[in-house]
This record gives sequence, structure tokens and C-alpha cells, in this order.
Amino acid sequence: MEFLRPATLPEALAVKAERPGAVPIAGGTDVMVELNFDHRRPEALLDLTGITELGEWSTTNGTIRLGAGVPYTRLIDELGKRLPGLAMAARTVGSPQIRNRGTVGGNLGAASPAGDTHPVLLATGATIEVASTRGSRMIAADDFYLGVKRNALEADELITAVHLPDAKAPQQFSKIGTRNAMVIAVCSFGLALHPERQRVGAAIGSAAPTPRRSRAAEDFLSGELADAGLWESPAPLRDSVCRRFGELVAEGTEPIDDVRGSAAYRRHALSVLARRTLTWAWQEYRAGERSCA
Amino acid sequence: MRVNLTVNGEQRQADDVWEGESLLYVLRERLGLPGSKNACEQGECGSCTVYLDAVPVCACLVAAGQAEGREVRTVEGLADGDRLDPVQQSFVDAGAVQCGFCTPGLVVAAHDLLARVPEPADEEIREALAGNLCRCTGYEKILDAVKLAATRGAGA
Repeated sequence: MEFLRPATLPEALAVKAERPGAVPIAGGTDVMVELNFDHRRPEALLDLTGITELGEWSTTNGTIRLGAGVPYTRLIDELGKRLPGLAMAARTVGSPQIRNRGTVGGNLGAASPAGDTHPVLLATGATIEVASTRGSRMIAADDFYLGVKRNALEADELITAVHLPDAKAPQQFSKIGTRNAMVIAVCSFGLALHPERQRVGAAIGSAAPTPRRSRAAEDFLSGELADAGLWESPAPLRDSVCRRFGELVAEGTEPIDDVRGSAAYRRHALSVLARRTLTWAWQEYRAGERSCA
Repeated sequence: MRVNLTVNGEQRQADDVWEGESLLYVLRERLGLPGSKNACEQGECGSCTVYLDAVPVCACLVAAGQAEGREVRTVEGLADGDRLDPVQQSFVDAGAVQCGFCTPGLVVAAHDLLARVPEPADEEIREALAGNLCRCTGYEKILDAVKLAATRGAGA
């Protein structure tokens, strides 16, 4: 085994092109567990922590470019107000020690159906920037998750950043675990309001082979809000709308029975999470509208 | 491979380090610092918590090579010679130590909390220590110890 420590991104991409079997490591919260337990013996580790630009974020025209190596703790502290949904999801990851190391880039690289940030990336319409010696390309979060722990990355590519819109409206994330902290999601849900497009983004985690959008629920709710003119004059949502939204989210799941929960439980729980997060986000939206008036 | 790092203020060197080895293994087995405990090896128990460039991390999840040129502070580096750090002394005084295995990790996590939040509320203490498991104490005395350390100005 080799330990490779590129100092710059071009250097890292050159290594990855030459050695596609080299496993990228940033926070190590997944990779080191596999090594410690002898589940994996890659030919080389490609340490990305020496590449300064991966640990930086910037803003251009209302879009935040979040370097793949920014740890969750910094995301929460520095971008909590601008990326509220993602920060909420980040706060549910592991423990302080894990959040100090773990990154959104790592979450994407692992592409676990239970990864905490995925539902938010889908609901907010994030784009994943990947690079290789052939150049860089942008992959919509929608197209990124291909299967259980499989993503759209080519063998010579590295995840360099995630692009997300600076939140203009409320976002929510909710997760169910078997205890309060240090827990993998039994299921999770991300919600983002997009008043400028009169759309709602909604996505589930840990209830299908990949994280996925709840499209039927999104279409239904977006239609209801637009038809009733609720974006402009946000009256309270009818209970029947919230319930139907939850039902459609549940119908869009494809969960499994496992040690953490049954498929039936996951499906039901997601309808509840959907209803609750919608209620919270809408309350916040209404409060915001009032304070602006 | 060879790894050079600063540990508790001292320049150290570890040789013949396997490329997939953890910082925890380097600290315990190569540098003779057994304070950080090896338990779960998956970042769940927090017993190996150390500061890496002033940020608390699970040493079992840091690849040894990632510590090259960086600064590590272990539980051994908290005391000033024979004089315990106020957090360590508070753990002793509050009876927060039973078998002692989880203690080093809890002390480092509590030390970091008090440096950031000198007077934490109970909820903040619970959240800050959520990544540290203990199988003896029931945590109540650990909470007492952190509160005691706060009243002694441990974070100051």
C-alpha cells in the first residue's frame, strides 16, 4: 500500500488518472473504519487534506461553492444561515469529533443511501463539481446517485465541490435514529422552499436504494401553493394538503426491512417527517413574509 | 514510511509506519503514549479523542500520514507536569472516574467544550460528550465533573 499526499489539485488529479485504484481520503470517517476492520486494502490512499482549496468555500451570484473538504463543523459555524438545510443535516452527523472531520465530499463519495446530507442536496437542487485531468464537469444531485453506494463518478475523477443556492427561503431537515446522537438514519427527509420558482424541493434518505427526490409530492404541493396564490399571501396550509403531501412522500419510498426499522415503519415515519417539516418551513415562511410587510 | 509530527509540544518521529495505520496506533504503539485508548476503532466510542491542530478528533480515524507535519495534543499533554489540568482534577474530585478506560477521551472532549463554552448548560454538555461512551459511570458524575470544572474556570 502507498500513502500519497498531493499538495495541489492538479497533482491529485494526475495521481488519480494514473492510479484509479487509489482511494481518496479526507476526514477518514468511512475509509479508516474499513481499513481498521480489514474490510479493504486499497493499493494506495490519496490524502486530500493537504489541498487547501478543497477546504474553502466562496460565493458567486447567489451560489455557494462549498469545497468538498470543508468539515461539517465549519459548514455549521460558517454557513449555517446561508445553507440552513445542509447545516441542519450536518448537525445530525455523528459526534463533535466526527463532525470535525467528516465532509460533504466524503458523504457524496460514499454515496450511502443513509448519508445525512443527500436529501438536502436533492431538495435544494445542488450540483456536484467533479474534476479529472480531462477537465471538470457539473453533475446535478438528481443524476449523482446511481445505486447503493454507487455514484456517477468516473474512476479518474475526484469530487471537488458542491454548488448550492444561497437559501432565500426556509429549509428543513429531519432524521429518525434509534437514539439521539451518533446514529445512522433509519430514515431522513429534506425540504426546501423555492418561492422564486414557485416550487418545493423534497427528498428522502435511507428509504430507497439511493437517496431520491419525492417528485409526486413536490408536484402536488407546488401546484397547491401556486393555484391558491399562497406564495404571495401565505395563509396557513390546510391540514388536508399537509397530509396528502406526507402520503405522496411515503408512496415514493422503496424501503427495506432491516435491523434499524421495518419498511412499513420507514414509510409511515417519512409521511410524518414530511408533514412536520412542511409545517415548520411554512410557519417560518409566513413569519418572514409578515416581518417584511 | 516515516511520519514526523509534533506531539504535546515535542517534535516526534515514527518509523516503519504502515500506510494504512491510524494516528492512534502511532501514538500508542510507536510513541509510547497509551493515554488515548483503543476500543471501537470506528469513531463510535471517543476513547481515542485527541486534538489535531487544536481540533478534537478520533485518532483511530486519522490516517497516520495525515498527521505529517501537524500538531497533536493528547490527554498526556493536558497536565502541567504533576499538576493536573482543572478538567482532570474535577473528574477525580467528582468521582467521575471508574474503570478509567473512557476517561482520557472524555477529558479531552470536556476540555475542548470548556475552551469554547466556559459555562455550558446541561444540554450543551450532553451534546459535546455525545461521542464518548462510558460503560460504568452512568454519565451523571461525568456531567458533575464538567460542571465542577466550569465553576473552577477550566476554560479560562
